[in-house]
Amino acid sequence: MAYNKILLIVTLTLLAVSLGCNEKSAQTSPAKQGNIAAGSIPSSPTTNGPSYGDMLINGSIGDASVLLPVLASDSASGEINGLIYNGLVKYDKDINLVGELAEKWDVSEDKLKIRFFLKKGVKWHDGKPFTAKDIEYTYKVYVDPKTPTAYSTDFLKVKDFRVIDDYTVEVVYDKPYAPALGSWGQGMLPSHLLEGQDITESPLKRHPVGTGPYKFEEWVTGEKITVDSFHDYFEGRPYIDRVMTRIIPDLATMFLELKALSIDQMGLTPLQYVRQTNTKWFNDNFNKYKYLGFGYSYLGYNLQDWKFKDRRVRQALTMAIDRESIVQGVLLGLGAVTDTPYKPDTYWYNQNVKKFPYDPEKAKQMLAEAGWKDTNNEGVLVKDGKPFEFTIITNHGNDIRKNAAIIIQRDLKKVGIKVSIRVIEWAAFLKNFINKRNFEACLLGWGIGIDPSQIDIWNSKKTGESELNFVNYQNPEVDKLLDLGASTYDREERKKYYDKFQEIIAEDQPYTFLFVQYALPIINSRFHGIEPAPIGIGYNFTKWYVPKPLQKYTIQP
Amino acid sequence: MRFLVKRIALMIPTLIGITIISFTVMKMAPGDPTSLMTDLNPNMNEEAVKRIRAHYGLDQPWSIQYFKWLRNMAVLDFGRSFAPDNRPVIDKIAERIPITLLINILSMALIFSVAIPIGVMSAVKQDSMFDRVSSLIVFIGFAIPTFWLALLMMILFGVKLDWLPISGFRSLNYSHLSSVGRILDIGKHLIMPIFVSAFGGLAGMSRYMRSNMLEVIRQDYITTARAKGLDERTVIFKHAFRNALLPVITILGLSVPGLIGGSVIFETIFAIPGMGQLFYQSVMMRDYPTIMGILVIGAALTLVGNLLADLLYSWADPRIRVSD
Repeated sequence: MAYNKILLIVTLTLLAVSLGCNEKSAQTSPAKQGNIAAGSIPSSPTTNGPSYGDMLINGSIGDASVLLPVLASDSASGEINGLIYNGLVKYDKDINLVGELAEKWDVSEDKLKIRFFLKKGVKWHDGKPFTAKDIEYTYKVYVDPKTPTAYSTDFLKVKDFRVIDDYTVEVVYDKPYAPALGSWGQGMLPSHLLEGQDITESPLKRHPVGTGPYKFEEWVTGEKITVDSFHDYFEGRPYIDRVMTRIIPDLATMFLELKALSIDQMGLTPLQYVRQTNTKWFNDNFNKYKYLGFGYSYLGYNLQDWKFKDRRVRQALTMAIDRESIVQGVLLGLGAVTDTPYKPDTYWYNQNVKKFPYDPEKAKQMLAEAGWKDTNNEGVLVKDGKPFEFTIITNHGNDIRKNAAIIIQRDLKKVGIKVSIRVIEWAAFLKNFINKRNFEACLLGWGIGIDPSQIDIWNSKKTGESELNFVNYQNPEVDKLLDLGASTYDREERKKYYDKFQEIIAEDQPYTFLFVQYALPIINSRFHGIEPAPIGIGYNFTKWYVPKPLQKYTIQP
Repeated sequence: MRFLVKRIALMIPTLIGITIISFTVMKMAPGDPTSLMTDLNPNMNEEAVKRIRAHYGLDQPWSIQYFKWLRNMAVLDFGRSFAPDNRPVIDKIAERIPITLLINILSMALIFSVAIPIGVMSAVKQDSMFDRVSSLIVFIGFAIPTFWLALLMMILFGVKLDWLPISGFRSLNYSHLSSVGRILDIGKHLIMPIFVSAFGGLAGMSRYMRSNMLEVIRQDYITTARAKGLDERTVIFKHAFRNALLPVITILGLSVPGLIGGSVIFETIFAIPGMGQLFYQSVMMRDYPTIMGILVIGAALTLVGNLLADLLYSWADPRIRVSD
């Protein structure tokens, strides 16, 4: 439903961008290179080897809004844009930054200048060459005050932008800024089609032209979006000839379409993954995948509330909540408990932070130390004559959050804390409660960016109205570490700062970190070449293929 | 004639009143079109938020926003959507109206052609077996949740029997079909949605028809007709039925605005990109120009529908003809 779409949009904004960059690949396979060299177009000689052809039909709950990466901030548009556009850089399957449209780059000694050297021979879908002029145009659009974009922040940090020659550009920053490099993964726009126009009224919003592996074919609002393989793609022609995204707003309907074999790919819910797809028929016709998604859920405490000011209380709350049973009960085991704001299977995650495992007895003891005792034997802890009771708020339309809140309510009742739950419509939730700091505890989620910088969420100064540190977490040491992390290019040194940051956050427990969910894609088994990696499965999409005998659709041009 | 002119003239202030109320209520809801893009987005800074708000004119007081909107409306300019696609509202509405209109007209035709005979028969054979069974069935239809019935039908006809397509309103190869093929294709896709939406509407219409008919049958002139020795068929169909049908005109008039309104639930479940989805999404996104556009068209159609009903009524029923 539209609701789910909205939630996705907000919590996965970062994810959309990152995935967008990942839907392309740098892998090469010998068979394919042979074909290119020989200039032959269809199929390889072996029946089961990679061959061109067929169509993948993807189910999506929401329609795209606009197919220009500078204007789009929803995940549905992000996915299509990921097939159509390229950035200068991208993240590979192990989440390392590698060149995409850039052959390589140099960072100057003082870390203030980045010089990008572009790949030669890259073409736009209309055949024009991709050059430094396009990057210059893209940069200008992002920083133009008239462009309504959600992604200007990183580009506004650029002090100077220089075109050296057709295939070299240089960007200059005021001070070293490590996330800068990753920010050049934004989709590059064709200057020859957009220069001098008002981008918000450009026809390219609905008929995009990019450099990516797929070129735009058709968009029927609310029904489907079709893209076809770009034969002159600089990393070689993708095997799958056509990708169609069908918009099916209801997940139950989408699942029936999958069962009727009318769509090839969708994301499953934990319930569908565990209970509804474990039959022989499904195993014969589909492959299921799971990998940790780039986002986590948490219970955030308003640190200005007198009850949550004491760190021991927050630690005790975390120990009183059986997070493992939330993962089992709500996600049917398809998630992982997390103790820090990073994804547990990535480089940046610190395994050695102080942990607060489920231990209600110890939690009671710690609460007693902090002055919370059940003095009148009514089952509710009391301090200074006031009972320990608070309300958890969460947004409407997300059953996982609602159910997690119910389990938390039960767990905390066992240690003598009375919790109420309030579920509120998204816009009202933000405007009247979160932004106004009008809450005691909130159950929410963050997308985990690929770059580890999290200044906006944890910096002491980011506590103003509608800024993101709405729990009002203030720790000068964290501020310093995050600043150091953001200005350090060396990965190992950077990791040290973020490790320390995670230790402090884990000790302070401004949030009870709950879980990271698995992404659960299911794909028709006629598609071969899918290799799950830490970044997901989409990174080598151009190398997915259907062996000739299994091909289902013939594409009529 | 004077009556007609007066009625039409009165519609304009009514319409403006409706837009003022709609606009106020809409603005009172928390959040605005930019929240979706800007709130809880780590990429956003204050400068960027201001920029986006100014782009949509949201930095001005709402009274000015309203008058700007009204001024454009006066020349039928619906403005551009605040959704990221930023398309003209009229385009967004125009591409969704045909399918919504088609489904609603077909489903209304189905409701009328089934519910009226059921209502008449139930009234004529009051308390008979037919009356009871048909009442039971129409009330089941009324009580069944649309989404549940839709899912059951999809499983049976779409997955198990594989007779009908599950969702959407045309096939993927639609553009390669001949024109007859296209009509058949859309027809196949619409069987389930129309059945589901009509099934729920049978109860209201058939019960309404039944009570009208019962009332008419008890009238003196029916007794007179029977006393004259007319056979029962003529009594029922020539004398009673015609009079019982009169109030249906009012219902027809009231249904006019409903023709462009779609149901979010069944459009979502059948993946039909109609007006219901558009309106729901616009409300969720606080896409003010689109919301206002749909409301204005809806309001105008309601007023026109009422006027038409009044005119038809006075044409069909001499008793209530307004004297000039």
